[in-house]
Amino acid sequence: MIEAVGLTKRYGDKTAVYNLSFQVRPGSVTGFLGPNGSGKSTTMRMILGLDNPSAGQVTIGGYPYRRLPNAPRQVGALLDAKAVHGGRHARNHLLCLAQLSGIPARRVDEVLGVVGLQDVAKKRSKGFSLGMGQRLGIAAALLGDPQVLLFDEPVNGLDPEGILWVRNLMKSLAAEGRTVFVSSHLMSEMAVTADHLIVIGRGQLLADMSVRDFISHNSADFARVRTPGTDPAQREKLTAALTEAGGQVLPEQDGGLRVTGLPLPRISDLAHEADVRLWELSPHQASLEEAYMRMTQGAVDYRSTTDQRAGLQQQLPPGAVPPPQMPVPGQGQPGWYAPPSPQHGGQPFAMPQGQPPAGPYGAPGVPGAGVPNPYAQPAQPAPAQPAQPAPAPSPAASAQPSSAAPDLTKPEDAR
Amino acid sequence: MSTPQPQTHQQAAPAPNWQSAPGTSYTSPIPITRTHLGHALTSEWTKIKSVRSTMWTLGVFLLLVVGIGLLVAANTDSNDYADVPYTIPAFFGLILGQICLITLGVLVVSSEYGTGMIRTTFTASPQRHRVLTAKLLIFFVVAFVVSAFAIGFVGLITSGMHGGASDNKWGGTVLMGALYVSLLGVLALAVGSMLRHSAGAITAMLGLVLVPAILPAFLMMSESLRTLGEKMTEYNAPNALAKIFELDSENGGGGSQLVLLVGVTAAAIAGAYALLERRDV
Repeated sequence: MIEAVGLTKRYGDKTAVYNLSFQVRPGSVTGFLGPNGSGKSTTMRMILGLDNPSAGQVTIGGYPYRRLPNAPRQVGALLDAKAVHGGRHARNHLLCLAQLSGIPARRVDEVLGVVGLQDVAKKRSKGFSLGMGQRLGIAAALLGDPQVLLFDEPVNGLDPEGILWVRNLMKSLAAEGRTVFVSSHLMSEMAVTADHLIVIGRGQLLADMSVRDFISHNSADFARVRTPGTDPAQREKLTAALTEAGGQVLPEQDGGLRVTGLPLPRISDLAHEADVRLWELSPHQASLEEAYMRMTQGAVDYRSTTDQRAGLQQQLPPGAVPPPQMPVPGQGQPGWYAPPSPQHGGQPFAMPQGQPPAGPYGAPGVPGAGVPNPYAQPAQPAPAQPAQPAPAPSPAASAQPSSAAPDLTKPEDAR
Repeated sequence: MSTPQPQTHQQAAPAPNWQSAPGTSYTSPIPITRTHLGHALTSEWTKIKSVRSTMWTLGVFLLLVVGIGLLVAANTDSNDYADVPYTIPAFFGLILGQICLITLGVLVVSSEYGTGMIRTTFTASPQRHRVLTAKLLIFFVVAFVVSAFAIGFVGLITSGMHGGASDNKWGGTVLMGALYVSLLGVLALAVGSMLRHSAGAITAMLGLVLVPAILPAFLMMSESLRTLGEKMTEYNAPNALAKIFELDSENGGGGSQLVLLVGVTAAAIAGAYALLERRDV
């Protein structure tokens, strides 16, 4: 059990952690999330007594870390995989840590086996890869067979097998009744590993709740609606109809609409009433990543900008079309995180819109396009003509029909 | 212990044989011992002998002291030892060799800061003073034993080569000389703990040893600074060693220089302890 009360850390006039209070309970994996520079590592260091808090306190099992009688037997920590003397053998590194807390030397060989480093036990850790360093750090954390475990970015640099191993390790450690506190940036990993989440941003607590609650509280499931790209009027017509019915409509960069506040059948009905054809009506379930992005978007300190290459680009010859910029989710859309569309470039169907003629991508694209189609089928209320007219204006259409068009008409005919 | 073989594939839960029944709280079956300085001492002993910098610095130290000592011994004759101890050839090697001990003293602590190992160490032993105490003790013993061996070895060989010329007792110079260079190393360790940076601490220590030996030449030019220059000449490290080896026997045997070094070292250690507990790592 880790308990922080009013934890605050200032470095000069920069406040890294401010008034942080949380509890990490035994028996479950608690994820610790936050953007870069949000104070995760500082908090971890304060838990371990490496940094002294400016205010507040953090205790483990009721004691501040530095008052614990034999700390490594109660708390194991992986802070930084490279926090080892590179000139020392892996085994000697663990041995000196074991001796420091009165752990028998044979336990060193045990943990080396647990993390799979027994073959390089006599190798100097300088030559270790990042993944091997992580394993050595995990071995050091497990050395004391402690009740409380802290891991800062444990899967950094691990191979897929290692990631799976760490995931299972965390879960099994928690299942034994230990307290497991893990920080990570890999949302997909956290979604399957953690039971509980503590999210901080700019050093302050943003959320302290179970993963399921976190996702449902911090994400609005939405429907993606797409009207025929050939007719912008239809899109405006539908937007008006949906807004009138109480839905929120946000345009996406690639011409789709993001609708919240209306169930899918209702959107379909409204479109039918407005006599608007739909090319896509898909439910979109938020992931942990989206929920996290939505929550922390205001607390991100280090945000990337588009690389403009200003002044370095050559003047385009007159009449030339500048290369299309791929829309990047989250960029240029302050305050609104846009998840990527189901397909790259946001084309739900393999529509030949100015694509190169059916090259190697044309044919395989079509079976793939069948995946979003099931959503589209019930979504099309208007028994309008098949999609044939759509490719027609495209200059590449003449090359396409052989591969794309026949396949496309099949599902459309089924309506 | 029987686990390593089945664990190679890392798919399963780790080491089932020490897991207890699931419950709200986990208790390790490995008995928990109350830690004390002894644990820190064994740990620091493992650390100091498991890095190459120890072998290198001590190897170069032995090579310098014994090598230069034997060269000097071979190129002197018995009459030279009429009123100086047989350990005198070791003095020339020690002038250079003390730098090795300073380097090792700094590296014992600053290499941990440089690599980040210190965070692992202080996580494993939040009683930081215990770690520093163990480092100081282990380093002092190692440095003292090695330097006493080197000086004594040179003394033995020299007395064997030029025996009978001198009835000076040279046992004292072995202990005093070894104590002086070991304390210099301990001072370096304390400085390293305060500065936490290898290059910075080694440079500071070299300055501390060499500047008082060089600066008096310039201070003597000024009348007002002459007394300061004289004190520096008297107490600088190479001169202190010279006095310990009775090269300059009319001004005492280097006792006051040793006392000064003990005082400076004690102050540095006190500063290191005070900073250690207060600073973030």
